[in-house]
Amino acid sequence: MPIQCHGVTFELLEQGAGNPLVYLHSGEGLFHCQPVLDAMASTRRVIAPSHPGFGHSDLPAEFARIDDLAYCYLDLFDQMGLENAVLVGESFGAWIAAEIAIRNTTHLSHLVLADMVGVRHSSDETTVEIADIYTLYPQEVQRRQWVNPATWKRDAAALSDDELLVAARNRETMSLFGWMPYMVNPLLRRWLHRIDKPTLVLWGAQDQITTPDYGRACAALIPQAQFRVIEGAAHHPSIEQPALFAKEVLQFCASSGT
Amino acid sequence: MRVWQFTEQPYHPVWDEVPGPLKNILPNRHIDHRVAADLYDQYMEQWQLCDELGINILVNEHHATSTSMSASCTLTLAALARSTKHVRLMSLGIPIANRPDPVRVAEEIAMIDCFSRGRFEMGFVRGAQYEVFAAIGDPVKQTRRFGEAYRLILKTLTTHDAPFSWQGDFFQYREVNIWPRCYQDPHPPVWMVAIGPGPGAWIAEQRAHVGTFLSGRDSKKLFDAYRRRWTELGWGSAPPEQFGYMAMVAVADTEEEAKRRAYQIAGYTRTQTRLAPQFTNPPGYTPARFVAMEQRLQTNPNYVAQSRTIERSDGSRVMLYNATIDDLIDAHVVFAGTADQVFEQLRAYHRYVGGFGNLLMMGQGGDLSHADTIDSLTRFSRDVLPRLDSLDAGDYEPPPAPRLA
Repeated sequence: MPIQCHGVTFELLEQGAGNPLVYLHSGEGLFHCQPVLDAMASTRRVIAPSHPGFGHSDLPAEFARIDDLAYCYLDLFDQMGLENAVLVGESFGAWIAAEIAIRNTTHLSHLVLADMVGVRHSSDETTVEIADIYTLYPQEVQRRQWVNPATWKRDAAALSDDELLVAARNRETMSLFGWMPYMVNPLLRRWLHRIDKPTLVLWGAQDQITTPDYGRACAALIPQAQFRVIEGAAHHPSIEQPALFAKEVLQFCASSGT
Repeated sequence: MRVWQFTEQPYHPVWDEVPGPLKNILPNRHIDHRVAADLYDQYMEQWQLCDELGINILVNEHHATSTSMSASCTLTLAALARSTKHVRLMSLGIPIANRPDPVRVAEEIAMIDCFSRGRFEMGFVRGAQYEVFAAIGDPVKQTRRFGEAYRLILKTLTTHDAPFSWQGDFFQYREVNIWPRCYQDPHPPVWMVAIGPGPGAWIAEQRAHVGTFLSGRDSKKLFDAYRRRWTELGWGSAPPEQFGYMAMVAVADTEEEAKRRAYQIAGYTRTQTRLAPQFTNPPGYTPARFVAMEQRLQTNPNYVAQSRTIERSDGSRVMLYNATIDDLIDAHVVFAGTADQVFEQLRAYHRYVGGFGNLLMMGQGGDLSHADTIDSLTRFSRDVLPRLDSLDAGDYEPPPAPRLA
């Protein structure tokens, strides 16, 4: 059901009952996400928006930085009167979640960052920490992104016109925020210490877009963070292992507070 | 008719040495610096000769590609501004959306215009898809960044009373006040490039010259869109000087030899497809709705994008990249033959598009040798150029704008 905030009509999936859980999708958008949303909705009210410019959500013309997405979501959380929410993000969505959490955690009980991007660890200018999805051969991006790429390949012939448009929009909008500096906010690393809620850093064991070592380094910068690996998954554990992913998230929330 | 000599300054020796992509990811260890220096000498000598032949000079630039060693058109034109005396010098163009510093671009323009005592014409381009990856700015905002850079460059070139400050979305400057100023007043003529009719009206509004290339009969739609807007704005009929058309051109003493040269020049088109797939369509370069439409069309195995084809005289279309020389001549993408034949081909095309005042001539392309290029340019200058002023499109009026379905 759509919801209006800051001039954006958000496309938003909502299901289940209980304390809220907000799921921020990766660059894939909400494609393939229904199984993990269903699994997490067993004990939670699950809210899954399409980011501005993704799916069928509007993109305000002036939006140009990851900050715009973080503040827009904080406005949305205020408007929804969100309390005690678990904020879960994957990849690009985890970057947004971290940007939200360094600014304001009043809506949140827990934070889950899966296979995040957004952080630059190395001071060596030529070290590549996040595989460049724009310059690698498409097959190589697929190989790094998925344990079994064939399962997730979206053949244009099998997609509706609307799905094709959404896929093209998702790709375009993510590059607006992540083209340069590539998928990074140079400031994020030094403010991750501000995150003051229990945080689970989850990682696909076979992720070769951002490796588990990159994830461990992120977790080390967040005061109350645990790091856990999900086997049988690469860059999208919530898609490749939805049941395991949901179990990790729900157990983490149950074992630490609410 | 003004004629302009153009070459992409290819590093062609590598094309047969390596398989696969020629742009972006082909490492520059494949360059023999001595061969590169020799090729630069040849391309510069060809342009130098043009100063005596009455053929103007056109330089472009590309980045990270073996198909063009011209990494800076202003650098090349600065050198030619000193070594030539008569002909005009055009950049087509400077990729201002990819340049981090438009004021620096304006400074270079003013210097070249002074070096050449007012012979410079400044063309600005968006840049090719694949070179977005070698640039800093992101492709989604490229059109807006182009617009701001263009406005800033014009203001920089035309402000003579005091420093001004610029606080834009993409560029910020505390004090802009360049030295020198342009030799031409208010500034050198402006050129823009368009492929397809879409940008025609906007370019007309800028009173800029419009150039297009290798599109044959399709160019007419662009020129007509431009003409209609020009007239709508109350400026009468757009003069032919506003239009430029780039074709591959070869002249020889026999038709057979000219076609052989044209085939070598067309190495330019044959190498364009040697590009790794990830560099063909950066996100945002083409708006998402068109990307989606194109993907839908591509699910038909027989689909060929119209932009990659050219129209023959019988209305059928052929792929630009593997068309025969006869097809390319028939499609007005190549003008090749004896001087008489080339003149007749140009006359027919000139009439077809309703006149154009600038032939942007790819007189060297692919691996066409220095000697053949010099011979072809010399023959063109002697036997074709003097007859071009007789071309007359009469009182051409563009047809009404096509109604959108």
